[in-house]
Amino acid sequence: MAKYALRASALIYLLFLLVLPVGVICWKTFADGVGPVVESLSSPSALHAFKVTAQVALFAVLANTLFGVGTAVLLVRHDFPGKRILNALIDLSIAVSPVVVGLALILVYGRFAPVGGWLSERGIDVIFSIPGMVLATIFVSIPLVIRAVAPVLQEIGIEQEQAAWTLGARPWQAFLRVTLPGIRWALAYGVVLALARSLGEYGAVAVVSGRLVDQTQTATLLVEERFQNFDPQTAYATAFAMAVIAVGTLLLINLLRPKEDVQ
Amino acid sequence: MSSSDTLTGRDSPGRPAAPGGSAPEAGTLVADDSRSGRARAALRRRPNLGLGLGLGIATIYLSLIVLIPLAAVVWRSTEDGLGGFWAQVTTPESWSALKLTIGASVIVALVNLVMGTLIAWVLVRDSFPGKRIVEMLIDLPFALPTIVAGLVLLDLYGPGSPLGVNLAYARSGVLVALLFVTLPFVVRTVQPVLLEMDRDMEQAAASLGAGNAMIFRRIILPNLLPAMLSGTALAFSRSMSEFGSTVLISGNLPFKTQVAAVNIFGQIESDNVVGAAAVSTVLLVVALIVLVTMDVLQRWGSRRG
Amino acid sequence: MFRSRFKWGATLAAGALALAGCGGGSGGDSGSGSSGQKVQLSLVAYSTPQEAYEQIIKAFQQTPEGQNITFTKSFGGSGDQSRAVESGLRADVVAFSLEPDMTRLVKAKIVAEDWSKDQYNGMITESVVVIGTRKDNPKGLSTWQDLVKPDVEVITPNPFTSGGARWNVMAAYGAASRKGAAEQDGVDYLNSLFANVPVQDDSARKSLQTFSSGKGDAILAYENEAIFAQQKNVALDYVVPDETILIENPVAVTATSEHPAEAKAFLDFLRTPKAQEIFVKNGYRPTADQVPGADKFSAPSGLFTIKDFGGWSEVAKKFFDPKGSIMADVERKLGVSVEQ
Repeated sequence: MAKYALRASALIYLLFLLVLPVGVICWKTFADGVGPVVESLSSPSALHAFKVTAQVALFAVLANTLFGVGTAVLLVRHDFPGKRILNALIDLSIAVSPVVVGLALILVYGRFAPVGGWLSERGIDVIFSIPGMVLATIFVSIPLVIRAVAPVLQEIGIEQEQAAWTLGARPWQAFLRVTLPGIRWALAYGVVLALARSLGEYGAVAVVSGRLVDQTQTATLLVEERFQNFDPQTAYATAFAMAVIAVGTLLLINLLRPKEDVQ
Repeated sequence: MSSSDTLTGRDSPGRPAAPGGSAPEAGTLVADDSRSGRARAALRRRPNLGLGLGLGIATIYLSLIVLIPLAAVVWRSTEDGLGGFWAQVTTPESWSALKLTIGASVIVALVNLVMGTLIAWVLVRDSFPGKRIVEMLIDLPFALPTIVAGLVLLDLYGPGSPLGVNLAYARSGVLVALLFVTLPFVVRTVQPVLLEMDRDMEQAAASLGAGNAMIFRRIILPNLLPAMLSGTALAFSRSMSEFGSTVLISGNLPFKTQVAAVNIFGQIESDNVVGAAAVSTVLLVVALIVLVTMDVLQRWGSRRG
Repeated sequence: MFRSRFKWGATLAAGALALAGCGGGSGGDSGSGSSGQKVQLSLVAYSTPQEAYEQIIKAFQQTPEGQNITFTKSFGGSGDQSRAVESGLRADVVAFSLEPDMTRLVKAKIVAEDWSKDQYNGMITESVVVIGTRKDNPKGLSTWQDLVKPDVEVITPNPFTSGGARWNVMAAYGAASRKGAAEQDGVDYLNSLFANVPVQDDSARKSLQTFSSGKGDAILAYENEAIFAQQKNVALDYVVPDETILIENPVAVTATSEHPAEAKAFLDFLRTPKAQEIFVKNGYRPTADQVPGADKFSAPSGLFTIKDFGGWSEVAKKFFDPKGSIMADVERKLGVSVEQ
């Protein structure tokens, strides 16, 4: 029957493309047992890499959450010239190749570039340093919160806020007490998406990090560097840890995904 | 290309409504005692102040992070004039990389068009043990770092593969990597449309004697097409820009397996700014074209819906 | 109800941020001028001595001079690293594969002109170019002529980004041209050799990775890299050809360093028997005398140096100028990028 043929095709495709890769990573990581894995993950390089990853991701997610909610309100509730350009820019940022993101930031914030040079004279290094990596991570995850929140904001409509205004609430009060609770699940969903993206970014940070071992090395950069330097144990252990985090965020994403019957 | 479009489970894109849709008009409330009179006055004042400030901040944020850097790339690519730009784009290595990337992305997009729709169909219309797990795993390529994906695919399909194949240093390795990272796009765009589809017409057609293939072709497919194409465009776009997952398995052999992003990376490392910027600009132009195409597709889709 | 959940979330987020901020503050900044006792030095080096330097740094930090010094390190293709420092990568100590990458920084006034005025001419380690093969050498490749046979694939990095690649080229050229006497023979050999090269990675370490992942029948590498590979259980054997070049690796402190005294202390430490012994353990030939373990290295009968070709200033122009040189022509014939 056609149904079984379809099911079989889909499952076989997914087996080779999705399921087996996930299995392989477990197999390769624990080939020598759990001990070496724990050892690799608690080495100073790995710990530092996780710390850098967490730092960069948290700053990027925070920035994009604030910006995302504000911009979503802007786009949904207001009308202004240049709205389409704003929309286009937001969508463009996720379509740009990560390597191009890195190049773009270097050309503006590098030590001998216009903005970067000015900052460098004041002792602030952007490229080859944490701020540059935060910028790169922000770039690649800009639309995630906005596009999660905007549709819900639209559906809720403005009546409740208007009601609050007439009752004397100030705009920020109305926002905190009426708007925010209305979008809280969509916001959580967007934040988790942005977090997943920020934790897993590789290409853009590879360009702006300057190959500084132990310094501006995120977990993803550590995986590549350890692999290239014939330390597969650390590479796989870190990759496994990233995969576990990825699956964890997957669970969260699925839990928070807006259902068809909204609220 | 908002991935959240495909993840929100909605058939309408996450874009806000067309201009003029839901702007609050100042003074739309009508109660007329002194308290709401003050409120009305507040309404008249506030949106403009909030709008101005918010717009200003949003503009500065996007300019500093997205607009100006991207403009710098395009600007630097024309440093040696248009002739210089073209010369950099058509160096044997870069041209080869661009051709490979576009070719591979077209193949990957087409495969996803078919398999993505198929998988979405199976997930919506079929049921089998373990479906919930499969459902969840579909999003894995979104969440998994690309370099981890690359490492994993290298193990599975490279030298030392338990399956006995060796796709490293071959174009098929690049294709596998790209197929992995683009897996969710078509699936997640098509699924919500399938879910919301009205089965009445199908049932009516079936009761009139139409076979499955005809029902699919005449009734389902036309409704699904905008979403399918939309997802395919997303997959194409993602495939064009992919970097991390191809780095390990492809071996980055120039002329054979080097994709555009890797080519750009190499040029950045060798300090060839103009070359890197030129190839980057080509990728940006392609991304813009895909964006416009998607816009058109979405309008077409919402007209049909 | 939402309020408490919201506050929970906000508190968690704030707490996490604070943790990340605290944790990152002390160790994570690419520091210049950190206050307090700890001084941070930045080491920028080429790709292959990564393990050696990591061990040496640990040893240095056990000494009184090195107690309060922490390091940030960066490793990559010698040419790429040199250009990065020229473009603004902060460095206190720079270690490259070959002299021209140092000379570039002298021209950019990042390294002082007298960097090489010591008894070692500024060199810290030595090595030779060897031919690496698969375990047990199934194709029997042991001479330069073997490498240009048909159906032989040779791995060597791109000489316009990697220092190691340049040494490989000069070793090959020197052997084929009998130390430069028969120039055309040498150029012909380079063309035949590079026709057998399927991929030119951007650093020596990356080309070793390529070889060990199954590509190629032979690899041209530093002797120290071949030794490193064997230590890491890569299935590789190597042959030291009779005609090969003496590799000399320079090191210097930068004139732009914010901690010149500490940088100099580290440099001095590199010359001590302890550091040289670590280099030897990692496969490098020492520049100091009487270093234990150095007798494992063989002395090739036909060893030549870069001086036999007029020194690097001559060679860089004649062989490696991207605008027009012997290697630029070779690469152009193959369609490989020579941009620099």
